[in-house]
Formats: sequence, structure tokens, C-alpha cells
Amino acid sequence: MNTEISIEMPTPHSNKEQQEPKGKQTEQEKYFMASQWQLIRRKLMHHKLAIISFVILGVLYFGAVFAPFLAPKGLEEYSGSYSDAPPTKIHLYHKGKWIGPFVYRYKVDRDAFENKIFTEDRKSSYAIRFFTHGKKYKLLGMIQTNIHLFGVEDPNPKADEDPPQILLFGADSLGRDLFSRTLLGSQVSLTVPLLGTAISFVLAIIIGGISGYYGGIIDTIIQRIIEVLSSFPTIPLWMALSAAIPAGVPVTTVYILITIIMSLLSWPGMARTVRGKFLSLKKTDYVMAARLAGVSNANIIRKHLVPGFMSYLIVNLTLGIPNMILGETSMSFLGLGMRAPATSWGVLLQECQNIGNIANCPWKLIPLIYVGVTVLAFNFLGDGLRDAADPYK
Amino acid sequence: MDETILEIKDLNMVFSSGKSKVHAVDNVSFRIKQGETVGIVGESGCGKTTLGRCIVLAYKATSGQVLYHAADGKKYNIQAISKQKLRSIRKEIQMIFQDPYSSLDPRMTVFDIISEPLRANYKKIPKNEMEYRVQDVAKKVGLNPSYLKRYPHAFSGGQRQRIGIARALILYPRVIICDEPVSALDVSVQSQVINLLMDLQKNMNLTYLFISHDLSVVEHISDQVGVMYLGQIVEYASTDLLFHNPCHPYTEALLSAIPLADPDTPMDHIPLKGEIPNPSNLPSGCFFHTRCPYCQERCIRERTSLIRLDDGRLVSCHFAGKLPLHGIQAKVPR
Repeated sequence: MNTEISIEMPTPHSNKEQQEPKGKQTEQEKYFMASQWQLIRRKLMHHKLAIISFVILGVLYFGAVFAPFLAPKGLEEYSGSYSDAPPTKIHLYHKGKWIGPFVYRYKVDRDAFENKIFTEDRKSSYAIRFFTHGKKYKLLGMIQTNIHLFGVEDPNPKADEDPPQILLFGADSLGRDLFSRTLLGSQVSLTVPLLGTAISFVLAIIIGGISGYYGGIIDTIIQRIIEVLSSFPTIPLWMALSAAIPAGVPVTTVYILITIIMSLLSWPGMARTVRGKFLSLKKTDYVMAARLAGVSNANIIRKHLVPGFMSYLIVNLTLGIPNMILGETSMSFLGLGMRAPATSWGVLLQECQNIGNIANCPWKLIPLIYVGVTVLAFNFLGDGLRDAADPYK
Repeated sequence: MDETILEIKDLNMVFSSGKSKVHAVDNVSFRIKQGETVGIVGESGCGKTTLGRCIVLAYKATSGQVLYHAADGKKYNIQAISKQKLRSIRKEIQMIFQDPYSSLDPRMTVFDIISEPLRANYKKIPKNEMEYRVQDVAKKVGLNPSYLKRYPHAFSGGQRQRIGIARALILYPRVIICDEPVSALDVSVQSQVINLLMDLQKNMNLTYLFISHDLSVVEHISDQVGVMYLGQIVEYASTDLLFHNPCHPYTEALLSAIPLADPDTPMDHIPLKGEIPNPSNLPSGCFFHTRCPYCQERCIRERTSLIRLDDGRLVSCHFAGKLPLHGIQAKVPR
């Protein structure tokens, strides 16, 4: 602890009064008055990797929230001739002249094996414009609009030709823009873990708290149930549970059910943490002091026990999110998670089940990078939080 | 001043885990008079802390009574009391803890820590009165009131212990159980805290049960001293009598182990044989016979019980008063 920076008080026998510089708050005084969360933030700020991860996650979640605006295309917009199209190149010089960022239209040919060959048609350029009008959507679920951040428009469209497109990540086998779909898919892939963790958080606090607080038979029963639950292999259990979701249910229901399935399987570990912390905190001297002072049980839990393990729990939650992301992705990859028309990173990766697809269209693996980056970012952030979680050591 | 405030009668505390039973407190009886300090000394594991915790009902004793003579003139057995009555009595019996680090919640400000007992017991206390009382008690224990907004991590061990004392004092208790309140502190800070406790006792008419393994500290602060060994009180006497003229071989051995400030005085330390016996497997006869330098055959066979000698002390030894025992006077010529 910080014995070296605090000054021992004079005894009441020596009648010296300690002089405190009044008015200005020194750096040290700020530290002395810092609460637990302020101390945690201080420590976290020194963890560079955690801060970078936090920024990356911020960008990803920003992308998810404003996905319909940032994506040039809607979820289901397709053009048949562009199926399996590679990412479009963005050019700046047309016929040796600077005209700003633009794209060419793809010309589609077929080789001797009937494979599609995309070549750029260099005749005319199509400038990338900002705030273009496209498919209608509701921003944040409220504002009805059709403005997208960027896109390309054909000034004089012809009926027999597909309009020019900007495909940053290429197109899938139905000719849909993979960039738009990745962004829109993150709305599912990034929120299911958050919601799922929130649900297991509540379950863990209630069940782990009961287990740790009452102890005895109740504790034993809950612990055995947790052991049974955590001994199941997760993927088969997920498969069994999601196979039980009927085929015709609406997308939102599937979303909620998947979230619940994810959280049902992740609360046991967290409940254990809560119980363990509960047990150890229950025996500390300061809890006994509160009891002797006549503080009620409810207040002891509220004021001493819950704040005591909250930081650990948040660490656990953060480190648990990657598992949920991977779980949702694997379920969707196996076709047991989100169903069309909804999409998620796992659904997008379904196309990669075919080796020919990966060989010919490697850009279809791009959602995998998103999964990896997100998982790593959450892990690093959790790592930093874990180091900072107990500032009193 | 001669009024009894706390009476402990045949207190037993048995911890059992599975088949093994540990008799942590074994038939302990003594009484504390108002305004005096009773010291309890003994090696670690002898049941001192358990005894203290039984008195404040942190543990429910296996059997026996803790009679508290409340301010309203009535007697209450703390070990068998209604919940409502307990609330009012707990205000009068408070505790100071050994470890100043684990006894303060690091997530609360000093003000919140000290005022917690107030908020728990007086739901509708006005804010300015609470502030006044906290500042008052902070001044009493020598804490600068401007420190109240800080968190415990800002303080050293001695100051933290002052915060703990302030928390125990805020309800104006009559009895304070001090569970090794200075053993975690530096020696220089120890004396400050001890002197503070003694001043507070004078000013607020407090009664202390002072649990410690440090004999010098106990000698300094106590009026009566009880020596505990394996859950039993083996000798209970006034401080002077006990330190200068012990009647139990264990007391003598403990006293001989007090370090002297003078390096030239030879220490005639009486080494005790062996280890303290396993409390779940107690020896026959006198519990101390396995280590007693004066052990006779009778000690192995016969249990001992506390007997009162002519000078008023209580000793649990078959040969009490008949052994040539030395107190500290024999070693330090004054």
C-alpha cells in the first residue's frame, strides 16, 4: 500500500495541528480521494493495448449502429451479373487525367470452363459520390431515409445493363455487396454477445449470490447443477437447442432465442465467480464490522459485497464476450444460428464451406478478419481490465 | 466504578468440521468491571479471538452465557437475546479489529466508514448532525477532519487503525472488544494507538477487553489479565500480581519471553518443550502437562480447574502457589 506517501498523524498528546494546504488540490490529494472506479480507470489508461482495443471496438460498434447508412447497399440488394465479383478497384486517373476517386464497370466474360472472368470496362468512369440516394431504411430504427454515405450512380442508366457498383469487399454468390452485408451482419454478431452477457450477468449475480450467501444445502445443489451444465460439450448442445427453434419463426424471435441459448450456457462460470467472491468477502473484517454495527443484511450485500466483486465480474464478462462471438459465429456457420433474410458474420462465412469458393473468391473470408479482430480486441481489453480490477493490491 | 459490566459464564465454543472437533473456548468464566481493562493473552490459536467474537455475538457460542449489564440497569444474556434487543445492545458493545487493512472497506470514503454505524442505527439522522458527530469523533481519535473525504488507501496502518477506532466510538459504546488492535502496527505507532485508547477510556468511561499476544502492551494497558492456553483460562489476576508473581508455569514461561530493552541484562528465558498440542486432540490431565517444566504424575492423570487463591487470583494448576515461579520483577531490578 501507499504507506510511504502518507504522513503519520501526530498523537493527541502532541498538540501540533497538521497543516493542510487549502484551496488547491494537489495531485496526491486527488489520488487519496479517488474512488475504486477512478483508480481502475487510472490503471487501465496505462495499458496501451487495452486502450487501442477499446478504440477498435468503439469503431466496430459505431459501424454496427450506423450500418445501414455506412453501407452503400441494402441487405438483400443483388445484381445477378455481379455474382462472385471481386472487390472493385478505386481509381483516380481516367485516361491519364485526374478526376478524383471513381470506379469502372465490370465486363463479365466466361472462360473455357464456364468460370466467370471480370474485367474492367475502361470506356466510361463512374465517380464515387457521397450522400447518394439508395435503398430506403430507418436510421437507428426511427429516421426514415434513403441517403447512404457513399455510392456510385450512373448519370444515364441503360435498361439492358446492370448499374455500376462499388464492391469494397467483392460480392457473394448471389451478387450482393459483401461490404454492406458485413456491416449489417455486425449488427447481429456484435449485439448478440452483449445481450447474451447481460442476461448471464443477471443470472450469475442472482444464482451465484444465493449460492454464496445462503451456503449449505442450497449452495451444494446449485454447485452440482453448475457442474452438470458446464460438463456438456457446448457446440452439440447449441446445435440441439437451436435445432429446436421452429422453421417459420420471425427473424427477431430467432435473434432473441439465439441470445438466450448463448447466455444459458455461459452463466454457470460467472455464477461460480460471484459465489467465490461472495464467500471470501463475507468473511472480511469490514463486513463483520458492518454486521456488528447493526447494518442490515440487505445493506451489507448492497454496500459491501456487490461493489466488492463488481470489478471482477466486469472482467469476467469482458473475457466471456469473445466466446459468445465465436459461439454465435460457429452456430450461424453451421446453419443453426441466424437465418435469411437476417445475416451475421457466421452466415456470411457459410459460403466458405466450399473449398472452390475460397480458392476462387478469397475475399469471402473477409468477415473472418472482423471476427478475429473483435475477439482479440475483447481479449486485450479484458486483459487490461483484469490488471486494473483490484487497485488495492 | 466497581460495577460489573460484562460477565462471561462457562462459555464454550466448539468448531466441528466432519469428525474433528476443536474446542476453541473451553469453559471460560470471568467478569469485567465497568471502566477497567481486562487483557487476554496467549499464543496464537489459543482461542483469544474466538472468545472476543463470542462476546460480540459474531459467533454463536456452543454453550454458556455472556451477561451484559446494560445502561438501563438490566442484565441481558447476549448469547440468547431477541433480535430487537440485540440491535440496541450492539450499540453499546463495539469492536476494534486486528488488521487495519482488511477491516476498512476500500471502496468507501473514511466519512462513510465512520458514519456507517450511525446510518444503520438511526435511519432518520439529519445530515448535519451526522457530519457533526463524525467530525467530533474524528477529532477525538486524532484524525484531521479534512481527511474524511479520502479513501482508506490514502492512509498508513496507524491512521487506518484510528479510523477503525473512530468507527467503534461513533455510537458511544460502553464496552469495546479490542482484538489485537496494535499487533499489525509498527512499534512506534503502537504506543500512539495504545495511548489514544487509554485517553479515550478516561474521557469516555470505556471498558476494554484487550486481546493481545504482546505481554508488554497488555501490562501497560490492563487492570486485570487472563492468560489463555488451549481455550482455557489458566490464570486470571490483577496485572501487578500476574506479572510480578505468576502462579501458573505457563504464565511464567510467557513472562520470561518478554524481550528486555537492556541488552546487558541476561535473559533467563524458560524454553517450553515441544509445540502447542493439536486442539482437536487434547492431552490428558492438565492441558499444559506436555510442556510444563514442573510436570508431575498427578498432572498427567487429573484435570485441573480454576481455583481461587488467597490473594484473589484464579489459577488452574494442581500446584498453584507451591511452585518457585518468577515474575518479571525478578529479572528487572527496579
